[in-house]
Amino acid sequence: MSIANEKKKEAVYDVRGLNLWYGEDQALKDINMEIEENKVTAIIGPSGCGKSTFIKTLNRMVENIPIVRTTGEILYHGDNIFDKSVKVEELRTKVGMVFQKPNPFPKSIFENVVYGPKIHGIKDKGLLMEIAESSLRSAALWDEVKDRLNDNAYGLSGGQQQRLCIARCLAVQPDVILMDEPTSALDPIATFKIEELIESLKKDYTISIVTHSMQQAARISDKTAFFLMGELIEYDSTSVIFSNPKDKKTEDYITGRFG
Amino acid sequence: MFKDGNLIGKDSRMLKKNAGAKLPKFNINKKRMKNRIFLSRFSRHLFSLSAVFALVVLGILLFDIISESLGWLNVKFLTNNLSIFPEKAGIRGALIGSVYLMLIVIPVTLVLGVSTAIYLEEYSNKGKIANFIKVNITNLASVPSVIFGLLGLSVFGRILNLGSSILAGGLTMSLLVLPIVVVASQEAIRAVPGFLRDASYALGANKWTTVRKVVLPVALPGILTGSILAISRAIGETAPLVVLGIPTLILKIPTGIMDDFTALPIQIYYWTLDTVLTPEYANLAAATIVVLLGVLFIMNSAAIIIRNKFQKKF
Ligand SMILES: Nc1ncnc2c1ncn2[C@@H]1O[C@H](COP(=O)(O)OP(=O)(O)OP(=O)(O)O)[C@@H](O)[C@H]1O
Ligand SMILES: [Mg+2]
Repeated sequence: MSIANEKKKEAVYDVRGLNLWYGEDQALKDINMEIEENKVTAIIGPSGCGKSTFIKTLNRMVENIPIVRTTGEILYHGDNIFDKSVKVEELRTKVGMVFQKPNPFPKSIFENVVYGPKIHGIKDKGLLMEIAESSLRSAALWDEVKDRLNDNAYGLSGGQQQRLCIARCLAVQPDVILMDEPTSALDPIATFKIEELIESLKKDYTISIVTHSMQQAARISDKTAFFLMGELIEYDSTSVIFSNPKDKKTEDYITGRFG
Repeated sequence: MFKDGNLIGKDSRMLKKNAGAKLPKFNINKKRMKNRIFLSRFSRHLFSLSAVFALVVLGILLFDIISESLGWLNVKFLTNNLSIFPEKAGIRGALIGSVYLMLIVIPVTLVLGVSTAIYLEEYSNKGKIANFIKVNITNLASVPSVIFGLLGLSVFGRILNLGSSILAGGLTMSLLVLPIVVVASQEAIRAVPGFLRDASYALGANKWTTVRKVVLPVALPGILTGSILAISRAIGETAPLVVLGIPTLILKIPTGIMDDFTALPIQIYYWTLDTVLTPEYANLAAATIVVLLGVLFIMNSAAIIIRNKFQKKF
C-alpha cells in the first residue's frame, strides 16, 4: 500500500486498463501506463496504432467524437478523469495540447496567446500583456514577434505558428503538455527549434509527445512507449528502448523492419 | 482513407500487402480519344451558347425597362408622394415602406436564423429529430411565396390581429426568407475548420465560448453573404404582400410599425395593372423597377465584396 502511494506522487498520470472503441473498432486495448512528472515521454509506433487516440484521451478530447466509448481509468494526480465530478474544462486548463498542424486562430498574435486567460475570466489589460510576454518568451517566440503582436497569426511561418500554439497553451499555465507530432509539418530548422524548446520546458512541465521520428524520440525523451495495433507493447526509459528493447516487435520497429 | 494527412492503419497495411501486385496491361483506345476530344469541344460551345442566351435575354429586358423609365426617373420621383397624376407621382411612400419592412426582416431573420443554425450545427445531437428539422427547413426554402402570404394572413393578420401593418408584412417576409438564412448560416458554420474548434476546446473552452469566440467570427462573412442575398429576396417579393392585402393607395407616409404601408414591388404591381387606362403608369412602373434593381444590385455587390474581403485561407 505504502509503495503504491509513493508511486502516485511522482506519476502525473496513471492509466489503468484503458480500452477505447470507435464504434465497433477497438483502438486502444488494455493500456496500463504511468506518465512521470517533469519528464518527456515519447509515444512511438506505426501509423494507425492509436498514438493520437491515446494522448487525446488524456485530456478527453476524444469525447468530441460521438462514437467513442471508453472503459478503464485514467488517474490524473490520483483522480479519475472520467469521474463525473471532474470538469473537462478544468482538466484541459491543466493539460494543454499542441496539434500536428499548427492551428492558430485567425486573430492577432496577441489575441491568440491570451485566448485561454481571457475565456477563463482575466480582463486586466496589463496582466494579459504580462501573460502574453512571458508565454511568448517561454515559447522562444517573443523576439521574433514583439513588434507585431497585433498582426494576424497567419502571417507567421509554419514553425512560428507552432511555437505560437505552444505559447497559447502555456498561457493557461498547464501542468502537462500533450503534443501530437508537433514537428511533422515543419522543416528541419523549425523542428530543431521546437525540440530545443521542449528541452527547456521540461523542467516546468510534464510533456508527452507523439512522434514518427525515432531520432526525435531518442533526442528529446526520457521515456518511450511503443504502441502497436492499439496495444502498449513496451514502455521503458528511452535509452533501454533504443539500445536494449525487451520485445522483439519493439526491436523490429526501431530498426525499421516495419512501420 | 487519409486522416491528419497520414495513411490510417488498415489502409497502410493494405497498401503494403498490395505493393507487389502488378498493374494489368491495357491499350489506350485512340479512336475513342478522338471522339472524346470532339465531344469536349462541342459541349464547350453548347455551354457558352446557353450562357450567352441568358445574358441576351437579360440585356433586352434591362434595355426595355431602362428606356421606358428614361425621363421619369429623377430625384423628384424618389421624394414625391403618390399621386393620380403621373407627372407628380413619386415612390416616397413605397421606399419608406420597404425600408421599414427591412427594419423588421433583418433583425428577426438574423437572430432567429443564426440561432437555429447554431443549434442545428453545434448543439443538436444529429439524431432523428435534428435531421427531421433540417429536412423540413430545406423543404421550406422551396415553398412558393404565396403560401407564406396565406400563412402570414391567417397567423399575423387575423389571429394576432396585426392586419396589413408593417409588422404583419415584416414577420411574413421574415418567415419567407428564414429558411434561406438558416441554410446559408449552417453552411457557413459547417465550413469553419474543425481544428479551430479543437484549439479552443483544448484550452478549456466550453461549447458556447467556442461558438461565440471562434466559430461565429469565422463564419460571419458567410452568414452575412447568405443573409444579404436572402434579404434582397424579401425586398423584391410581391406575392405574400398581395395576399396580406397591402394597399397601394397609401397617401399617408407610415410612421411606425403598426401603420399600413406599401412597398416597392407592390407599387410596381399596381401600376402595371392600370396601364390600359393610364399609359404613363407603364413608365412609372419601369422607373420603380429600375430603383428596385438598383437596390438589389447594391445589396448583391455588398455580399460579393464581403465574401471576397473576408475569405480566409487556412
Ligand atoms: N474519428 C475516428 N473515427 C473512427 N476511427 C478512428 C477515428 N480516429 C482514429 N480512428 C481509428 O483508430 C485507430 C488509431 O488511430 P490514431 O489516429 O490514434 O492512430 P495514430 O497512431 O495516431 O496514427 P498516425 O501515426 O497515422 O497519426 C486507427 O485504426 C483509426 O482508423
Ligand atoms: Mg496520429
